[in-house]
Amino acid sequence: MPAVSKGDGMRGLAVFISDIRNCKSKEAEIKRINKELANIRSKFKGDKALDGYSKKKYVCKLLFIFLLGHDIDFGHMEAVNLLSSNKYTEKQIGYLFISVLVNSNSELIRLINNAIKNDLSSRNPTFMCLALHCIANVGSREMAEAFAGEIPRILVAGDTMDSVKQSAALCLLRLYKASPDLVLMGEWTSRVVHLLNDQHMGVVTAAISLITCLSSKNPDEFKTCVSLAVSRLSRIVSSASTDLQDYTYYFVPAPWLSCKLLRLLQCYPPPEDGAVKGRLVECLETILNKAQEPPKSKKVQHSNAKNAILFEAISLIIHYDSEPNLLVRACNQLGQFLQHRETNLRYLALESMCTLASSEFSHEAVKTHIETVINALKTERDVSVRQRAADLLYAMCDRSNAKQIVAEMLSYLETADYSIREEMVLKVAILAEKYAVDYSWYVDTILNLIRIAGDYVSEEVWYRVIQIVINRDDVQGYAAKTVFEALQAPACHENMVKVGGYILGEFGNLIAGDPRSSPLVQFNLLHSKFHLCSVPTRALLLSAYIKFINLFPETKATIQEVLRSDSQIRNSDVELQQRAVEYLKLSSIASTDVLATVLEEMPPFPERESSILAKLKKKKGPGAVSVELEDGKERGELNGGGDRGGDAAIAASNASTPSPSADLLGLRSAAPVSGAAPSAGSLLVDVFSEAGPAASSAGVNDDGFLSALHAPEASDSPLVEGPGDSDSAPPSAASEDPAPPLPESDELLNKFVCKNNGVLFENQLLQIGIKSEYRQNLGRMYLFYGNKTSVQFVSFSTTVSCPGELQSQLNVQTKTVEPLVEGGAQVQQVINIECLTDFIDAPLLNIKFRYGGALQNISLKLPVTINKFFQPTEMAAADFFQRWKQLSQPQQEAQKIFKASHGMDTEVLKAKLLGLGTALLENVDPNPENYVCAGVIQTKAQQVGCLLRLEPNAQAQPGEQMYRLTLRSSKDTVSQRVCDLLAEQF
Amino acid sequence: MQFMLLFSRQGKLRLQKWYVPLSDKERKKISRDLVQTILARKPKMCSFLEWRDLKIVYKRYASLYFCCAVEDQDNELITLEIIHRYVELLDKYFGSVCELDIIFNFEKAYFILDEFLLGGEAQETSKKNVLKAIEQADLLQEVRLLV
Repeated sequence: MPAVSKGDGMRGLAVFISDIRNCKSKEAEIKRINKELANIRSKFKGDKALDGYSKKKYVCKLLFIFLLGHDIDFGHMEAVNLLSSNKYTEKQIGYLFISVLVNSNSELIRLINNAIKNDLSSRNPTFMCLALHCIANVGSREMAEAFAGEIPRILVAGDTMDSVKQSAALCLLRLYKASPDLVLMGEWTSRVVHLLNDQHMGVVTAAISLITCLSSKNPDEFKTCVSLAVSRLSRIVSSASTDLQDYTYYFVPAPWLSCKLLRLLQCYPPPEDGAVKGRLVECLETILNKAQEPPKSKKVQHSNAKNAILFEAISLIIHYDSEPNLLVRACNQLGQFLQHRETNLRYLALESMCTLASSEFSHEAVKTHIETVINALKTERDVSVRQRAADLLYAMCDRSNAKQIVAEMLSYLETADYSIREEMVLKVAILAEKYAVDYSWYVDTILNLIRIAGDYVSEEVWYRVIQIVINRDDVQGYAAKTVFEALQAPACHENMVKVGGYILGEFGNLIAGDPRSSPLVQFNLLHSKFHLCSVPTRALLLSAYIKFINLFPETKATIQEVLRSDSQIRNSDVELQQRAVEYLKLSSIASTDVLATVLEEMPPFPERESSILAKLKKKKGPGAVSVELEDGKERGELNGGGDRGGDAAIAASNASTPSPSADLLGLRSAAPVSGAAPSAGSLLVDVFSEAGPAASSAGVNDDGFLSALHAPEASDSPLVEGPGDSDSAPPSAASEDPAPPLPESDELLNKFVCKNNGVLFENQLLQIGIKSEYRQNLGRMYLFYGNKTSVQFVSFSTTVSCPGELQSQLNVQTKTVEPLVEGGAQVQQVINIECLTDFIDAPLLNIKFRYGGALQNISLKLPVTINKFFQPTEMAAADFFQRWKQLSQPQQEAQKIFKASHGMDTEVLKAKLLGLGTALLENVDPNPENYVCAGVIQTKAQQVGCLLRLEPNAQAQPGEQMYRLTLRSSKDTVSQRVCDLLAEQF
Repeated sequence: MQFMLLFSRQGKLRLQKWYVPLSDKERKKISRDLVQTILARKPKMCSFLEWRDLKIVYKRYASLYFCCAVEDQDNELITLEIIHRYVELLDKYFGSVCELDIIFNFEKAYFILDEFLLGGEAQETSKKNVLKAIEQADLLQEVRLLV
């Protein structure tokens, strides 16, 4: 029996609970529960009307059974009946049942809403609160529909009791979070902000949660809260510990409210008003000072409450990232906590320092704690704390301490918890590459990584080491030697075999002079691992063998014998069999010269900004996917245009694309470009596709995506002037000049920012369809010119030109079109585009033809925009924010706030953002309403990482809906241009 | 705050409060996962852990674990003190509260929580005010009211 029986005890309930507790087994418990359920059911169904007390008791029993984890499928109606009881406890139990066991039966919801409505209008504060609690607990859309209009009125009404206001504020918050579209801003919003000034601390405490949420979504509308929050905070911070009476918690004045105020301020940039800012800085200093004062109590509650405020203040300081003095002080304070005896404080200090490390003002200060952090990594007993220490080491790493940190992380990896190994491996790999000064160190590190934690080394990591070795000839000999030594180990990880096979196949010759690693020794070493490996690795090894035949003719006989063996040439795996057969044939029929050409050393991979990419390589292809989707969609549009554009487009897409991922030996049939997912059997190819098709076009020079097409044409007529010149003399020079671009050409251009295919232009005579595809810094565009009339166009010619600066930014080449376009016919033109560096303007397309003797002269902007060269990059939230912070210089950011021209449909927004070419990152922005994206713009000259954030205020009324769009990139012109382009899309 | 769970050392849930819409199935899975994770932790370990994309803050009082899930930007220490304040409220109301009080008077535990936290946010942090509200309600219990 209960020790206390407060309230009105329900004896039957207590007995039932005791019974359940006395059950010896799960079965007995279920039996007892079933008995009770049968009893309640019969009572509810019985003829005799139940009195309120019994009803309450049974409903309460049902609730108890439900909370034990059993399903309850009846009793809702009885609970709803309790809502209209005139006894408070009955009503209360009814509400509790409804809150816990929400039911979507619409008839019930109508009854519940009615009861709530009655209580809300009862003017009895206790009842009103009960009703509000119920709405807040359920928070369903139906409730929002019924009450979202009423609650703001209750909240700001002058005669509402404080306790009701508190419930109303948080009730509204819950509805707003669940159904922001139903909570309409209005006249009440400004009055809500002034609740920050309310005399009742409880009202402020409740209201500020609502205000913070609303501010984060509509910062401009709630701007006034900043100065109110600062002055409220300042009053609390400077108050004596007894001033606030019951709102003082273990000698700390209003800790909850203080934290919430500091949190609210983090929705905004530093206050512009000097006086407000001064006051705030003073508060922050006071908070930092208080941390140094001796504690007023030994109780942990005192220090927790005090430090909660301190950490929140530090978050604000980091958020502002503009007060070097405060940042360094914060860092020192956290430094003290790093060695605190409370595990909680050490954990939080490590976590908080991680963000400090990315601020330029405090990076150095954070670095001074390196020894303590390394020590934490080694000695903390709690894995979650060690994880924080590893994160911090990663964040504080730079060129000066990279070797030390990487070494520590590697040695930690030997004993690290399985749960965090993969992440650690990635971190080590990224740091090793990012800060490698001498590449032999890098190679050592990665090989160590494979040795220590081979299972956790993902493909990206070992692809990357190969790319780097291939690109840097100063490290190739060292890599070959090291990997050869590593392979000597009796049990080495398959990833080591992969790296070994690849590197020895390329650079085995560099160590072949040493008799200890003669060609045959190398081969035997590799082949001794062969049988233990999986199919993809075996495929790679076979390719290494054929490379050996080229490198070392003396191994030819041995290797041919291996290839000829049944286990290879009749292998049940088709990829292995094919490789064995073809390699064997190649080695026996090709002359040395041919062999040397085919098996030439791998060309260098294009240098890339690895810090983001290495980590984000995981990403394969939303880009590719979206292109395909778009194809399907746009095809309809072209068809709808009433000509044969659709078929032509299909034909073009089928015929056009030579494989960008040229196989090492061209063994694979040309894969379609969009087939980004490589088959398991073709590892060597994978290395290419990982590096992207540019690798093959830049490296395997003549096999490239662009060059294949325009190489033959280039000598002919690089910029096609059309046959107009040779045909007949123009009637007048003036009319032969390209017309100025059509007034609507900018608009037409904007239509194509987020899509690649569609109709670019249409008038009564002519329709121009576009289909384009982009890879890395290269693009190819197909233009379809459709003659809509039944009369032929003569002297049809088109010119693409790059005006002004654009000439040095884009390289555009076109093929000639036939000068005659029959009525109803369509001609196609291919344009190849190479982006040399970032650009703003668009190339001009001029079309001239004669229709019934009249010269038509049309100029348009070709929809080639900088975003077409985006490569999407996935990243986790932490990386995103770290990167975001790194790009915090004002010129790196471009921002626009603009009215929505279309609806704010989530799916449409997402499709547009994907169409932009960036990766849409889920679960990154703390506010789920917002969108963040990341991508790298690939130009020949450089790569520009670009981060994007789009904040809609979807809940505003149509017509009032706005967006805030923020772009950050390492190049100001890029931020601005992408921002301008994208702002036109919504 | 996204949810709060109270469970015993034996892993029995004593109170569950969800501030985000989740299906029954998800709730059960989350509770199971978390109870297991937390019970496996040693006493001196830190009170915070990352779990999915949430932060878990928990503390043990005698035989009961109190566990809150908060969002990434929320303050761990102040959440710890939310737990403590709730324990104080229970303690004051029941008079040195024990697990049995919460089992037999579970509905009261919910009512007190609703007065203190609403929609996952602190509604009233003053101990006096919360208890006043609860006691007023207790006084009302036998009084007939005309609705």
